[in-house]
Amino acid sequence: MSSRKSNALDLHVPAPRARPGDKPDFSGWTFPEPGDTPRPDVDAGAAELRDYAYGLIRVLDMEGNALGPWTPHISPDALRRGLKHMLLTRAFDDRMYRAQRQGKTSFYMQSFGEEAISVAQAMALNADDMCFPSYRQQGILIAREYPLIDMMCQIYSNKRDPMKGRQLPVMYSSKKDGFFTISGNLATQVPQAVGWAMASAYSGDMRIAAAWLGEGSTAEGDFHAAMTFANVYKAPVIINVVNNQWAISSFQGIAGGENTTFAARGVGYGMAPMRVDGNDFLAVYAVTQWAAERARANLGPTLIEHFTYRGGPHSTSDDPSRYRPADEGRAWPLGDPIDRLRDHLVSLGEWSEEQHRQAQEEAVETVRAAGREAEKIGVLGAEAAHERASMFEDVYRDVPWHLRQQREELGS
Amino acid sequence: MAAMTMIQALNSALDTMMGRDPNVLTFGEDVGYFGGVFKVTEHLQQKYGARRCFDAPINECGIAGTAVGMAVYGLRPVIEIQFADYMYPAYDQLVSEAARIRYRSANDFTVPLTVRMPYGGGIYGGQTHSQSPEALFTHVAGLKTVIPSTPYDAKGLLISAIEDDDPVIFLEPKRVYNGPFDGRRDRPVQPWSKHPASEVPEGYYSIPLGKAAVVREGADLTILCYGTMVHVALAAAEDSGIDAEVIDLRTLLPVDIETIAASVSKTGRCVIVHEATRTSGYGAELSALVQEHCFYQLEAPIERVTGYDTPYPHALEWEYFPTPPRVIKAMRRVMEA
Repeated sequence: MSSRKSNALDLHVPAPRARPGDKPDFSGWTFPEPGDTPRPDVDAGAAELRDYAYGLIRVLDMEGNALGPWTPHISPDALRRGLKHMLLTRAFDDRMYRAQRQGKTSFYMQSFGEEAISVAQAMALNADDMCFPSYRQQGILIAREYPLIDMMCQIYSNKRDPMKGRQLPVMYSSKKDGFFTISGNLATQVPQAVGWAMASAYSGDMRIAAAWLGEGSTAEGDFHAAMTFANVYKAPVIINVVNNQWAISSFQGIAGGENTTFAARGVGYGMAPMRVDGNDFLAVYAVTQWAAERARANLGPTLIEHFTYRGGPHSTSDDPSRYRPADEGRAWPLGDPIDRLRDHLVSLGEWSEEQHRQAQEEAVETVRAAGREAEKIGVLGAEAAHERASMFEDVYRDVPWHLRQQREELGS
Repeated sequence: MAAMTMIQALNSALDTMMGRDPNVLTFGEDVGYFGGVFKVTEHLQQKYGARRCFDAPINECGIAGTAVGMAVYGLRPVIEIQFADYMYPAYDQLVSEAARIRYRSANDFTVPLTVRMPYGGGIYGGQTHSQSPEALFTHVAGLKTVIPSTPYDAKGLLISAIEDDDPVIFLEPKRVYNGPFDGRRDRPVQPWSKHPASEVPEGYYSIPLGKAAVVREGADLTILCYGTMVHVALAAAEDSGIDAEVIDLRTLLPVDIETIAASVSKTGRCVIVHEATRTSGYGAELSALVQEHCFYQLEAPIERVTGYDTPYPHALEWEYFPTPPRVIKAMRRVMEA
């Protein structure tokens, strides 16, 4: 390797601007001003929407004012509900993160900093629309008012765990809440969401599907399969790329974001591409409504890139101080989604600092109460787990002879 | 009743089920207007419309992934992977997803999906149109694996696969699509119409999954086989003069252990025949099962006749393909042991 010719080929390996010890550096990024991006008709052709792949839809400015044509019609009551769901999500994450640190479970994943995406989207979709989430959309379940105690029992893999202790913590499933069983294999849910949406269209249903994946997993083949099928069959589906900048330790450039956006993936497929400030509750809500209306009108799928920042570690098994500046999240130019919606409600005269403090306390208390109940049933460990014979159930509808034999061998 | 080839019988199964259940639909590469490269889905688009029988992009991951989503919705999709050799891009969706969704969701979501794939060699298909990947599926908890050997079974088993509430891998032995080729290349292949199992009812009937068929009764030894090799084994029995009992497994998982154990316990000798590569092949599982269930009745070591542990060789196909003389050699070794 010592004697490379001056005109020899050179391999490019993308690297982020800042590493531990460096100052956070977002200097290369420019964003349109809030309110500046026009709102196209939902029946606009994908080719007319090309610029949306490279812009950023913003409604809230940093003082809490809602600006421009994307400002959604949403009542102060609904906004307060959204804010409370986000507070509850954050309080839940905080407690369960600590529960893992206390040895009560094996693993946890927070959605710190990304709460607006799952909560606003769950509220913009119909309650019976089908969600195919990745592992960081717990806000959907919380916004759909799934019992916190059932989420906790899943995390503790105890006797009340609806998944019978079969899944890693946070891999929830709830058909009645339109929340598909989460896989740990990345992006597999995206073609499944497209297929579900195709089935809904085939059946003359009214429900649409939505999928979420991280920017890192857009590199998976499944994502591209999903994009192809979604567009070929005009599936009523919304594909959400949550670009939180980091896939464990790999910055978004490793997934192919160095010289383009993730929304731009839609351009090549002829799919409506939208790029939105993921920390702006109103913008996320408005863009989701737009995409849902488009899908419901048989106008086809939309790809939405939610531009945000992963405030916490990838999971409890990760230590981000080893690969990114410790204060990068605090320096994020688009702020915190909860603070920004709070400021908006305050500016409308619909909320106050005192109400916010109370709501925060209520969220913490609600989580604490559910936590006490869940821990009474049991934390991770054989004593609190489902009967061991349950291991052999649900592999198939009926237990075949070889599994019956293995169950007997186990002595159950 | 009509005399049908395996292709016609499979087509009739799809037609029957699409006629009975609006939740059944089928798609895959070239499956729609053209009716599939092997014509298994011929006329179905014309009869049921493009929404129920359509062409898919050349992306097996997408075909399997969208079908999983459709099955989760409540449909009963039947997908065609044009050649089993092409299924690898779909493998994660089948193994990590279709197979486990019932389990991981504790019965909340289920995947009543049928995955049809023509498999096997003997058609000069080279290494990408000849493989037999059944062991890659029988190794997976949550999948069922089915392989028919005749038109009658093909229709009845495919109907059962479509009606099954779990994902079923349905491997079709393409060498016998059009006639019961038995590996005797020195004589012309008989058409299916001369075979009794080509008599196929026009309407609905089913053959339960998990049940093998004793296709030839015999006293000297048991041959365990499936797909094209059933016909090879029958020819070997005929040519050898050895009174072999030939068992067509039909379902590889869950396998019909009772029929296997009863036969080997009776004959005391066992030859396993498959086209797939030998090492870690399905024959290894069969050999272990026979040993576990029949050890004290065995009079001789179990023999395997299989494809060699090489990629499928184009020009040397007939050295690779297990033919009756190879099976007979194994039968003689087992008889003489």
